[in-house]
Amino acid sequence: MAENNRAVIKLKEKFASSIIDVVEFRGEVTVTVKKDSILDVLLFLKQSLQYNLLTDVTAVDYLGKKEERFMMVYQLYSIPNKDRLRIKTPVTEADCTVPSATQVWGTANWLEREVFDLFGIIFDKHPDLRRILMTDDWVGHPLRKDYPLQGPDREPYKGRLS
Amino acid sequence: MATTETMTLNMGPQHPSTHGVLRLVLELDGEIITKVTPHIGYLHRGVEKLSEHRTYHQILPLTDRLDYLAPMHNNLGYILAVEKLMDVQVPERAETIRIIMAELTRLQSHLVWVACHALDIGAMTVFIYAFRERETVMELYELISGARMTSNFFRVGGLSQDVPDEFVKRVSDFIDVMPGYLDQYEGLLTTNPIWLKRTVGNGVISAEDAIDFGLTGPALRGSGVDWDLRRDNPYGGYEKYQFKVPVGVECDTFDRYKVRLVEMREACKIIRQALDRLKPGPVLADNPQVCYPPKENVYNSIEGLIHHFKIASEGFPAPEGEVYQGVENPKGELGFYIVSDGGNKPQRLRIRPPSFVNLQAIEQMSLGSMIADLVAVIGTLDIVLGEIDR
Repeated sequence: MAENNRAVIKLKEKFASSIIDVVEFRGEVTVTVKKDSILDVLLFLKQSLQYNLLTDVTAVDYLGKKEERFMMVYQLYSIPNKDRLRIKTPVTEADCTVPSATQVWGTANWLEREVFDLFGIIFDKHPDLRRILMTDDWVGHPLRKDYPLQGPDREPYKGRLS
Repeated sequence: MATTETMTLNMGPQHPSTHGVLRLVLELDGEIITKVTPHIGYLHRGVEKLSEHRTYHQILPLTDRLDYLAPMHNNLGYILAVEKLMDVQVPERAETIRIIMAELTRLQSHLVWVACHALDIGAMTVFIYAFRERETVMELYELISGARMTSNFFRVGGLSQDVPDEFVKRVSDFIDVMPGYLDQYEGLLTTNPIWLKRTVGNGVISAEDAIDFGLTGPALRGSGVDWDLRRDNPYGGYEKYQFKVPVGVECDTFDRYKVRLVEMREACKIIRQALDRLKPGPVLADNPQVCYPPKENVYNSIEGLIHHFKIASEGFPAPEGEVYQGVENPKGELGFYIVSDGGNKPQRLRIRPPSFVNLQAIEQMSLGSMIADLVAVIGTLDIVLGEIDR
């Protein structure tokens, strides 16, 4: 159960007021925290609970489905304890800025650049926030739900006509 | 008074030793590298965006176009993530065949790596030898799936079809001779003075730095971190197999070379154990909500045809939730993160590409070395641009 997870117990002790939600699904524990404390939570997990490998940083766009449009997702792994933990934090469209995790892990550099490129989320204090997959002069952020699949200024694909 | 200034040199994207379309902008002080700025994205096809508009079965063919040197491993990672989301149990025979194919894929990916890595450094013979063995694996791919690279062979709940009778013998013959071939490559490289000069002490990255940069797979094990997802977080039945996990000591290109060669020998042992476990039985789970019906039902009954049509056209609804499945790809940890909103298409499919994260360490590993050594660093990272750019 999620309540017995070693990280969840410690996080509830230390960051009781910041935790929004704890979910367990298919044996995977997800902790949602407030944006203000995300860096403190990540640093605490790395330094005190041995979550030393940042596997992935990504975002999800919940346009029209949730009040806060974006959700930042951090996948952590602990090589000594061999377990995973997922930390999420909601981000509103109006205040689309998240503190950068590059101070905690070097990996975050490119992963956050990708999130910036494809979702348009700004990372505060990121050392090198440039587009990474799209060209520098690209307009728009392709993984946003309101960005058309076929690209801008093109008719949607209607299937084969023959 | 004489002044010195650094020179900027552009390398790639059409450079033979960048393994695809990688562009590096180098700052050089004479021939010494002082800064490396990689530029990627030339092969970006928007796989993650496309996946949001397809059913779970339709996404599968996109995944084997990511890391085109290890297509079946990409399929496996994606399929396992969907099976975790849908809570599907896979029959034993399907699981065993998946492991055989996953390890053959590891062999062929490492064969291409040893071939190209050696060619970049100047050893041409190994290139020809390793591609000869890779051809055998390609023929096995063709035998079971009909395609040499874009296999699309696994299905949610099992396999698309059973393997032909001759499959077991041909795999068995191949892994009987493979260790001998590995000795041949080692004979050409391991004690070769030129090879040693080019690889020993090149591209050093300490264990702490490697973890900080998120390196996974052989790149991390070469730095002495004893961690393998197949052993430490087993997936898809790997807990039933015995194998050693090699680790390096010196954290350099030569140790990563040795780690990969031992991995190939261990892959042969895993395939042998899997062949011994292979028993006749079904290859697709009996789960009509999610799985395709058997082909004889589709051809011979109207109900089977309707069932097939329904699964192929509208797929299946997935429960609301999110799963992450990481697998030990030949390059490192390949992860699939699926967020489902309860519909038949994912709300978000995130691919965690090992090559993308590993490539980030290139500057750390090549600062202060010569341009020619950078080529060895690119080779030892074992990147595939199809996966970096997605």
